Amino acid sequence: METSPGTFPGRMFAHARTRPQHPATREKDLGIWQTWTWSEVAAEVRAIACGLAALGFKRGMHLAIIGDNRPRLYWSITAAQCLGGVPVPMYQDAPAAEFAYVLNDAEVAYAIVEDQEQVDKLMEARPQVPTLAHIIYDDPRGLRSYEGVVDYDSLVVLGREYDVAHPDFFDAQLTAIDPGDVAIMLYTSGTTGKPKGVRQSHAAFIAAALGSAEFDHLTPEDSVLSYLPMAWVGDHLFSYAQWVVAGFTINCPESGDTVMTDLREIGPTYYFAPPRVFENLLTQLTIRMEDASAPKRWLYQRCMAVARRCGAEILDGRPVSMANRAAYWLGNVLIYAPLRNVLGMSRVRVAYTAGAAIGPDLFRFYRSIGINLKQFYGSTETCAYVCLQPDSAVKLDTVGLPAPAVEVKIAGDGEVIVRGPMLLTEYYRRPDATAESIDADGYFHTGDAGYFDADGQLKIIDRAKDVGKLNDGSLYAPNYIENKLKFFAHIKEAVAFGNARDHVCAFINIDMGSVGDWAERRNLAYSGYTDLAAKPEVLQLVRDCVEQVNAELARDPALSGSQVHRFLVLHKELDPDDDELTRTRKVRRGYIAEKYAVLVDALFAGRATQHIETEVKFEDGRRGMVAADLPIETARTFAPAAARAAA
Amino acid sequence: MTMQRTVGDVVLKVDDISLAFGGVKALTDISFDVREHEIRAIIGPNGAGKSSMLNVINGVYHAQHGTITFHGVPRHAMNTHEAASQGIARTFQNIALFKGMSVLDNIMTGRNLRMKANFLEQALWIGRARNEELANRAKVEEVIDFLEIQHIRRTPVGRLPYGLQKRVELARALAAEPTLLLLDEPMAGMNVEEKQDMCRFILDVNEQYGTTIVLIEHDMGVVMDICDRVVVLDYGRKIGDGAPDDLRHNQAVIDAYLGVAH
Repeated sequence: METSPGTFPGRMFAHARTRPQHPATREKDLGIWQTWTWSEVAAEVRAIACGLAALGFKRGMHLAIIGDNRPRLYWSITAAQCLGGVPVPMYQDAPAAEFAYVLNDAEVAYAIVEDQEQVDKLMEARPQVPTLAHIIYDDPRGLRSYEGVVDYDSLVVLGREYDVAHPDFFDAQLTAIDPGDVAIMLYTSGTTGKPKGVRQSHAAFIAAALGSAEFDHLTPEDSVLSYLPMAWVGDHLFSYAQWVVAGFTINCPESGDTVMTDLREIGPTYYFAPPRVFENLLTQLTIRMEDASAPKRWLYQRCMAVARRCGAEILDGRPVSMANRAAYWLGNVLIYAPLRNVLGMSRVRVAYTAGAAIGPDLFRFYRSIGINLKQFYGSTETCAYVCLQPDSAVKLDTVGLPAPAVEVKIAGDGEVIVRGPMLLTEYYRRPDATAESIDADGYFHTGDAGYFDADGQLKIIDRAKDVGKLNDGSLYAPNYIENKLKFFAHIKEAVAFGNARDHVCAFINIDMGSVGDWAERRNLAYSGYTDLAAKPEVLQLVRDCVEQVNAELARDPALSGSQVHRFLVLHKELDPDDDELTRTRKVRRGYIAEKYAVLVDALFAGRATQHIETEVKFEDGRRGMVAADLPIETARTFAPAAARAAA
Repeated sequence: MTMQRTVGDVVLKVDDISLAFGGVKALTDISFDVREHEIRAIIGPNGAGKSSMLNVINGVYHAQHGTITFHGVPRHAMNTHEAASQGIARTFQNIALFKGMSVLDNIMTGRNLRMKANFLEQALWIGRARNEELANRAKVEEVIDFLEIQHIRRTPVGRLPYGLQKRVELARALAAEPTLLLLDEPMAGMNVEEKQDMCRFILDVNEQYGTTIVLIEHDMGVVMDICDRVVVLDYGRKIGDGAPDDLRHNQAVIDAYLGVAH
């Protein structure tokens, strides 16, 4: 069988030949890690592909893939590619109405899903999606009496029979795939407008995976935990493209709630998480340290002070005094190594974060305890592959050097534009959008504003359309302010307003876990989020955080105008189900400003309280109302010079 | 969701059960039956004798009068060990778990009757103990997967929120692979979402394992939705028995629940 190394199926079957017994996929099932080797995976992929073919799946068709990270769903991606089809992973936590949009846009006729929950949502969406004909499910629980759906095991049996009956079929399909064929369609998260289907070829994703795998010297011995949404380009690069290209092992956690335990058990060598995950880890850690006994707290604080002083420098190989080295060595034995173990990062060689800006303090924390956390930059349209940080030159506020084979330029208006083999083929059925984003010279316009620093590393300021000016003419970059606020464990989400205004105001979402714990330790009784968020003590807590941010902003001459003058703590958590966040949990600024226009007005009009009623959607589709009188707080701001004197 | 199970013959029958604590009559001449694979509810106002009825069925209380017929064998009174070994498992109104033990260990206690190894073998992890533990652990993992509590496997029960503790208690009962499951207010104190989850689990148990279920519940919505037949008790007497729809219009039941003007 001759297969092209330029396609994903070609690469997978090459692994099955050259390292048949090497573990390819693991999944924790019934409490025990199960392993599938490359040859087993290849056989399974072949059976799925033949099964799909037996059901009528043909070249060019779309296969929707919905569910948590399950081995069979990853294999289904390759199976669809074997037939020249295009897999379309979808966000598993989206409600049926959002499914309907994507399913219709992609004219999906075949779907492989994880379980009853997803089948139910597809059934609900079905009347609006006339094309959807075949639903295949992995986990049969609760589905035995459903009609018109196929279970995975039957699909595989069907596939094996089809393979026997048509012995030449599968190989013929494989040879027909071209590296230029579309390999995957990922939907953009849609911070503005409806999601668009981004079509990427085998060649593009393999170029991105090869480039990054070589950059970080990934080998078949590496191991990753696959726990991020399969529909996200980040997961597709780290858990699929690099997996098939480098031939390492992916590990699927038992469930979404067990990720932390599974991480510890697997001890991945290569780890990837959006900043939010690192934030949550640190929040949990902070909570648990505050609950620890006094001697433990003391030891932790002393060791962390040492780590802050010299940890990152030691990791970078910069000169550090002998005394600091000795202190760090001791700290490593007592705190950092056990801490890395608790975080499941004892064996991590390379860790990446991307998807949103990471707070500098957060970033520094992980590096200071010896985790080689780096940043990269990319988007769905660029296979998440534009800039990468090399081991020796990791910086807190940049996203790295242009990746191998990628050209990065700054356009006249400050927008980052890129060119290279990893660019999208097109937006599905949107020639207008494709033409708009790729210019005549073949550069893709990212929509991010940024610049190169003195060392040639790219620095991203914000989304180009979000960067604005205050009325006094000073720079206003909302994301920057929000990220500073979000670094506090007590603040989960922040939305800043200030473009074309006299000063900056902000909405805050408290972190229920962290603030709840804080309240419990103070015997502060509360009934739920809305109640807790309105407590005067909590408002004071948030005010302290805001004022610290203001003090920091005051130190930066370019940003001292962006201090947060007034803020309020929202009465509900921002939620993707209410369209306030994208599925990748980025705030949809425009939508929020519109939805909560009364609150924005109240902030800027100087009112002391504002009544608000908001409709919320529950996970099961029911609706309810949340109403509250929100107090609006004024935060202390600092004159630039005064802050410098204080510091 | 359509149920494919078929309700079979009577597996449990109680006749003329009367139970008194000194002068207090908890139950008076109660008779009803439970058929195989059905979900049977016992409802009634506080103090109606619902929990006492369950306690009589699995032998915690011994009735002064009446017979209990389980799988065709009539008895004057059950005893708890016999009930458990015959395939009756239960959960309690006020959760009865070992708070300091992990979820896993708590559920393992549900397998206690299946362990044949003696004390010495278990203590030294030799002979039958090892293989038995592995086999029983596999069954327990199945239950953990079924009730979706993998993430708390190693957590001490005392640290869990109430709703999850209830689920762990159900898990322990299921680990015994019961043919008759007695649930004492499985949804008390839960929020709407937790109740929905619990309903789904009860239906799944019934459908997948064919387990016969007798449950006490206050939430009428739940009872009407998931139960096949309902017994209504009031002041220790049976005032109604039948399908949920028949009872909806039964005047005695309405009076007992809403009260009547005197």
